[in-house]
Amino acid sequence: MANIEKNIINGLTDLRDWVDDRFPLMQNWNEHLAKYYAPKNFNIWYYFGAFAILVFAIQILTGIWLTMNYKPSAEDAFASVEYIMRDVSWGWLIRYMHSTGASAFFIVIYLHMFRALLYGSYKKPRELLWLSGMGLYLVLMGEAFFGYLLPWGQMSYWGAQVIISLFGALPIIGDELSLWIRGDFVVSDVTLNRFFSLHVIAFPLLIFGLIGAHILALHEVGSNNPDGIDIKKNKNSEGIPVDGIPFHPYYTVKDIFGATVFLFFFFGVVFFMPEMNGYFLEHANFIPADPLKTPEHIAPVWYFTPFYAILRAVPDQLGGVIAMGLATNIFLLLPWLDRSPVRSSRYRGWNFRCALTLFIVSFLVLGWLGMQPVTPLFTWMARFFSLVYFAFFLLMPFYTAIDNDKPVPHRVRN
Amino acid sequence: MPSHRLLYKLTFIFLVVLSVNVSAAVGAKLMHMEVDLSNQESLQRGARTFVNYCLSCHAAAYMRYNRMGQDLGISEDVLKANFMFGTDKVGETMTIAMTKSDSLSFFGVSPPDLSVIARARGADWLYSYFKTFYVDKSRPFGVNNLTFKDVGMPHVLWELQGAQQLSLIESEGAVHHSPTYDDLEIITPGIQSEEKYDQTIRDLVNFMVYLGEPIKLKRGKIGFWVLVYLFVFMIIAYMLKKEYWRDIH
Repeated sequence: MANIEKNIINGLTDLRDWVDDRFPLMQNWNEHLAKYYAPKNFNIWYYFGAFAILVFAIQILTGIWLTMNYKPSAEDAFASVEYIMRDVSWGWLIRYMHSTGASAFFIVIYLHMFRALLYGSYKKPRELLWLSGMGLYLVLMGEAFFGYLLPWGQMSYWGAQVIISLFGALPIIGDELSLWIRGDFVVSDVTLNRFFSLHVIAFPLLIFGLIGAHILALHEVGSNNPDGIDIKKNKNSEGIPVDGIPFHPYYTVKDIFGATVFLFFFFGVVFFMPEMNGYFLEHANFIPADPLKTPEHIAPVWYFTPFYAILRAVPDQLGGVIAMGLATNIFLLLPWLDRSPVRSSRYRGWNFRCALTLFIVSFLVLGWLGMQPVTPLFTWMARFFSLVYFAFFLLMPFYTAIDNDKPVPHRVRN
Repeated sequence: MPSHRLLYKLTFIFLVVLSVNVSAAVGAKLMHMEVDLSNQESLQRGARTFVNYCLSCHAAAYMRYNRMGQDLGISEDVLKANFMFGTDKVGETMTIAMTKSDSLSFFGVSPPDLSVIARARGADWLYSYFKTFYVDKSRPFGVNNLTFKDVGMPHVLWELQGAQQLSLIESEGAVHHSPTYDDLEIITPGIQSEEKYDQTIRDLVNFMVYLGEPIKLKRGKIGFWVLVYLFVFMIIAYMLKKEYWRDIH
């Protein structure tokens, strides 16, 4: 017995060496897993990056199988989704995983971004890490927007109609631009076909590439941690950070545990409340798209509503579009707006802590307002919280420069 | 650009007015009913009402007869004898013979496909809708509906429910406040008593909820075992993590 085992191990080692002579296998394994030293004090907020990759994998896999049965034509799209839901074996599960995955992606990404705000993960030297992450977020919004048209329900149709017409507000090029995006004077079969193409090929490829860049950038500068301390400044005689532990096996086993917790909740939604009361699958989207009948209340899916509320808060349409564009893109400037040398909010002063709290509150309230019908009170609320939203960023250079930050320790706390 | 601004404002006004209108049309809250998909007999009775009364103008083009038979415990023979009236085969979907152009000329609108209507409208809306037809001479079919104002559909279940009137219209000639469900009263009794009709509608809505998502009968049961599996795996994964992390201080 022992002999057979030995032979198998030797054989596998030989195979590994054979590959390694021709491909940087062990080098990459070590660089990104076995000898990538991550801070040992990651807390619950550090799960969400791994969850995002998990959701991406779910979306790609379920997407491949959905594409096998979905028909991207105005005539057949709605029916083909119901065909998937009823006649394709386990099609309902694949479809619910995909639709729940879309919302889960945003939940996970928003929490991942909040982590970066909480612990200053965007600060020097992680600016490019932050920018690649923001790129991912913006591409993900596009991916979700294109995908939402595909079921060809009333909300798919009119949501796309409203959002594309926003481009029409831009001066001079506006009308031509929205025509170019739709490929038609209204959202039509042509639009559906190109959105399908963008949703299943172009944008997933972009996301895939950006995830690669994001991880390469992360592994170049090293992970931040809840204390915001640079663990590379404190190395032992072998050049290993004393507060670092190899990602594999420590964080792989930890992330496996985290992934099961995540999947527990994910499948809880998939099996027990896939519509999430109309938030994940909107009720009006079970009515086939009808270009002649505008629904009473057009609201985007929940993950876009904070920006939709900002759009509606500005009385001028062009102004609203610009405000919405700024609101989504202003995150890109964070590394240069924040003047405090301290990363983690654990050691930052009350200016930043209060500002961050107000920002989160305004983001949530705007998200809620974006789902409501317009009333004068709600419009004024949206205006107020839009101001708070922008003030968080625009006043940041001032309130962070004079903050009463605390001294940062040299070693991470456990 | 001023034209854009105007359009934008108009859209908002339009949306506000519409949302106010919608809430007024619905009156107060919808009537509520508990959906019970575990009651197979209720689903069978609902299916019976559905194929008898709905499935001649409305299609359910995504639903197959034999899928319904399997899910609701109806044998193919019974299915053919009591649930199918055309020349359809059991493997076919619930389509209808009436063409779109015909129905347009009959009703002014083409009756929508009902496969997923329960997911669009919700059970409470359907339940309220079926119970709030009332006599209104000004309408083409002589009836209006409190839940769906000026609906193009006749009250096809009238022989079961009888005729209702909106008491306000008769007594004062005009409606002074927005009518509520309480203002409806039966003036001509139907074949079924009020309780019996209520049960018919509950069965029908039960069935339509099933029709909207046939897998709903099973997905909770499958989901339970998926969550049990994940929970057990979670404990094992946690123990594995603990074991590996013992040497980290």
